[in-house]
Amino acid sequence: MLTRRSLLATPALAVPGCSFLGALPGTLSGADMARGHLLRTPFAAGTPAETRRTKIAIIGGGIAGLSAAFTLAEAGHRDFRLFELEDSAGGNSRAGRNAVSAYPLGAHYLPIPNPESSGVRHFLERIGTITGWQGGKPVFDPYQIVADPEERILHLGRWQEGLIPAIVPDADRADLAAFFAAMDRFRDHKTSDGRRAFAIPMDLSSRDPDLRALDALSFTAWLDARGWSTPTLRAHLRYCTRDEYGTEPGEVSAWAGIHYFAARRGEAANCAGDAVLTWPAGNGYLAAAMARRVAGHIEPGIVVAAVRTSGDGAQIDALDVANRRRIRILADAAIIALPRFVAAHVVAGASAKGFGYSPWVVANVTADRLPAGQGAKLAWDNVSATSDSLGYVVATHQGLAAVPGPTVLTWYTALSDMTPATARTLMTDRPLADWQRIVHDDLMAMNPDLAGAIRRIDVWRWGHAMVRPVPGFFFGGARENAAKSAPPLFNAHSDLSGLSIFEEAHFRGSTAAEAAMTHLGFAHVSVHTA
Amino acid sequence: MADAPTGARDLAPVLLFSAFVVATCGLVYELLAGTLASYLLGDSVTQFSTVIGTYLFAMGIGAWLSRYVTANELAVFVRTEILIAAIGGSSAALLFLLFDRVGDFRLPLYGLVLIIGTLVGLEIPLLMRILKDRLEFGDLVSKVLTFDYIGALAASLLFPLVLVPHLGLIRTGFLFGLANVGVALAMLWMLPQASRLRGEMAAGILVAIALVAGLFSAERLQRLAEVAAYQAPIIHAVSTPYQRIVLTRRNDDVRLFLNGNLQFSSRDEYRYHEALVHPALGRIAHPANVLILGGGDGLAAREVLKYPGVRSITLVDLDPAMTRLFTDAPMLAALNGNALRSPKLIIVNADAFVWLRANQRRFGAVIVDFPDPTNFSIGKLYTLSLYRELARAIAPGGIAVVQSTSPLVAPNAYWTVATTLEAAGLTTRGYHAYVPSFGEWGFILAAHGAIADAVALPPGLRFLTPRTAALAFDFPPDMARRPTPVNRLDNQALVRAFDAEWSRVEG
Ligand SMILES: Cc1cc2nc3c(=O)[nH]c(=O)nc-3n(C[C@H](O)[C@H](O)[C@H](O)COP(=O)(O)OP(=O)(O)OC[C@H]3O[C@@H](n4cnc5c(N)ncnc54)[C@H](O)[C@@H]3O)c2cc1C
Repeated sequence: MLTRRSLLATPALAVPGCSFLGALPGTLSGADMARGHLLRTPFAAGTPAETRRTKIAIIGGGIAGLSAAFTLAEAGHRDFRLFELEDSAGGNSRAGRNAVSAYPLGAHYLPIPNPESSGVRHFLERIGTITGWQGGKPVFDPYQIVADPEERILHLGRWQEGLIPAIVPDADRADLAAFFAAMDRFRDHKTSDGRRAFAIPMDLSSRDPDLRALDALSFTAWLDARGWSTPTLRAHLRYCTRDEYGTEPGEVSAWAGIHYFAARRGEAANCAGDAVLTWPAGNGYLAAAMARRVAGHIEPGIVVAAVRTSGDGAQIDALDVANRRRIRILADAAIIALPRFVAAHVVAGASAKGFGYSPWVVANVTADRLPAGQGAKLAWDNVSATSDSLGYVVATHQGLAAVPGPTVLTWYTALSDMTPATARTLMTDRPLADWQRIVHDDLMAMNPDLAGAIRRIDVWRWGHAMVRPVPGFFFGGARENAAKSAPPLFNAHSDLSGLSIFEEAHFRGSTAAEAAMTHLGFAHVSVHTA
Repeated sequence: MADAPTGARDLAPVLLFSAFVVATCGLVYELLAGTLASYLLGDSVTQFSTVIGTYLFAMGIGAWLSRYVTANELAVFVRTEILIAAIGGSSAALLFLLFDRVGDFRLPLYGLVLIIGTLVGLEIPLLMRILKDRLEFGDLVSKVLTFDYIGALAASLLFPLVLVPHLGLIRTGFLFGLANVGVALAMLWMLPQASRLRGEMAAGILVAIALVAGLFSAERLQRLAEVAAYQAPIIHAVSTPYQRIVLTRRNDDVRLFLNGNLQFSSRDEYRYHEALVHPALGRIAHPANVLILGGGDGLAAREVLKYPGVRSITLVDLDPAMTRLFTDAPMLAALNGNALRSPKLIIVNADAFVWLRANQRRFGAVIVDFPDPTNFSIGKLYTLSLYRELARAIAPGGIAVVQSTSPLVAPNAYWTVATTLEAAGLTTRGYHAYVPSFGEWGFILAAHGAIADAVALPPGLRFLTPRTAALAFDFPPDMARRPTPVNRLDNQALVRAFDAEWSRVEG
């Protein structure tokens, strides 16, 4: 049992930075590469041991695939199967769990959705996250809204609330004000086609050529042109593009950079519109809610190796990992909810040209007690102005215990300061103990008060975490082409939006499901009203 | 060294003076230990008598051990002196810091007394032997013992009159440590160049530096040693997984502190608990089932039991150590009139929020006695979300009361609680009472419908009367209602208001 005496005594005895870390328990894991690499072996040739039939096959069980399945089930469709390579669905929104808490392995929050994200709102209402409506605005379950305090930053040795340091030179302050004023204008801007300048889903954004032209240059180039170059603003924007896209501001398109700040117009009756929804399991909560609804339809441990049209339908060849058997699935329609770099290997005629991915590392750190620190109190999201990591979120933050006990901290970093290929090599080569040391040292620099309190560090590597919205990616042609579906194959994945967020994955998955139902003549009501 | 080479400066006066210092310091350390022990453990007669006994006995051990010193008396004397300086000088700080970190405080206490006593006991015989060649025997004994006893007198007068009131225990320790090491250094310095003990000199200087540092950081050490903050002798202290429970007693005043915050003083807790319970219970026709959230001390339960119609009380308190203590300790059980042993009482050791969310029962009265919203975790217990769960637990016609901090010190915090209860669909009425050890304190009644004026108080109350109970609902302008936000999980408006308002008075 954990006593206060031991709490008081340990920090004094433990020597910070002292390395008995070799003995620290933990695991080193990630997306199952061995299974992924089966795609490159010729196992799929040869005759399948078994052939199955289904009306609609969903390939890939991330948020996009699960959203497609959820949409089919809600519409009353019964005859569909979802094939997922891993042993559980969820993709980048999966969660882990230990004796202390559930914790995210990747995605960890969903912002209060915009009105035009009607599909997402509809879904949230179905699973009870939206509990009702007031004055046209959704009421959210208060236990799922991020508890105050939401975020804090360590700057000049002190924690303060918010993510932008308060003590900055006047010039920096002026730049910040000018930048955010410009973002406010973009946010309110509607173009002659009646669309928002920047919308979520991004497909609903304005088609105005002047705005699309922003995609041609990098975010940094756009900022340079405006003379906004003071360090506080640039550091904050770098944090944001790395946090959202895993990519440096000089490498993302200005359209993506601005979209991040100008597209959010969340509405809620019972909290701030810019709040977020979060759970101990992160977006694993949402993935699990979807998976429960379609439980009997999910087939995990199936590596899909080849998809082609055959006659009016689709022919899918796959490997059943558990039995090491080749199986063939014949479907009337198939929803391809795979990342594009996988789809390119699997789907006849698909190409991943122009699609690059940022690598991420996520570490779940189990600790005996909550972090503390000088200044602002522990928040859900905790970031250091001087670290290259993206800080940590607290998995137990939404808990209701009046006296908090042990916790799990989910620590993030995007390996954006090297080429993705270099980063992936590093990720496979670096042993667990080295990752643990990096995570441990970074945490200690932020919270020396955690000395002696860390029990284990589990490291998760995402080699292809997020699609990189580089200049030209949105409107240069490749993405738009990839997003087009050729019935009976329907494409669905957040990659096709160029924005790796829940709303886009949901939009791609649910619209693909609706398109497939339309194609098959299955009557349904669209969840997309905007 | 006793046979110091001729030509050395005459050491005799210094040695005699050191007898005085050794005696003073020795007694000061003994008094420090005794005071600390009675302060931390209570029962000063036992503490002083055992500490003095141990100390004198240890001196005997030291005197006996001195026979094994066969050469180099002066060096051994100086080393002992430096050791006493280091150990004795930091003993008060050490004991304070160790108090809540060790299983049995008596172990380090008597250990330190034993070590210091032994070292001091070693010194006087050594001193006599060093001086034996310089003074005639009768003169020697007389002089050494005279200085020894004068030192004792000096210490026993200085200690209560000057040292404790002006310097405090921790600084006194460091100061006398410095005197000890000062004497040692002076002696070393007076030795002829050739026979100077360099190692001892270096050690002495290091100890002196450390003691000076301790002297200047006494305040910080004091803060680290939370127990030094209590104003009265501690009679019970325990760390549970949830909190630190400390009970103090001075004369007939027993006080309970949780994590250093005063929960009640036995002198005026009846005011608090009468004000907490009766305005609610006295407004219910037949209070049969009562829920108490918090209040593991059983004092609210004692008041509830004054209503013979009450059939069952469910008491939800996080900490089993707390409810056990107030059930089993005779003095505390007497305080709550054995309320926790009542057959009507069901004790549930659970987190109130989690319990309330899962609860499906309804209660005629709910008494909410949570700690003040001093941090974000406790702040959750005052949110709209909790009050929605609370509203579910109030039976039709039932009533709840919430302790809501001081409407005088923190009016915004106080009225935030009212606004939040109202946002949960409850009707509220606020009232206040004066509790000397807290100040002007506030409570809020909450019910599904209108809250009546009439109140029927049980007989035998010491504070509330129908007249004072009515007056309590009147708020003068300095505490009057003001517009406040709703406290929600996602804005923690209460903790922020509470923090701002209380930091103004507490600085
Ligand atoms: C570290 C990290 C943090 C993130 N944080 C957030 C956040 O806080 N909020 C947010 O909204 N978004 C976040 N994201 C973005 C996240 O990617 C999206 O929210 C969403 O989960 C993407 O879903 P998807 O279905 O489009 O893609 P994926 O999650 O990539 O789903 C693809 C699925 O296909 C499966 N698959 C792959 N190959 C095959 C095959 N051959 N056969 C069968 N199945 C296959 C995969 O196993 C996977 O389950 C984060 C991402 C990462 C990596």
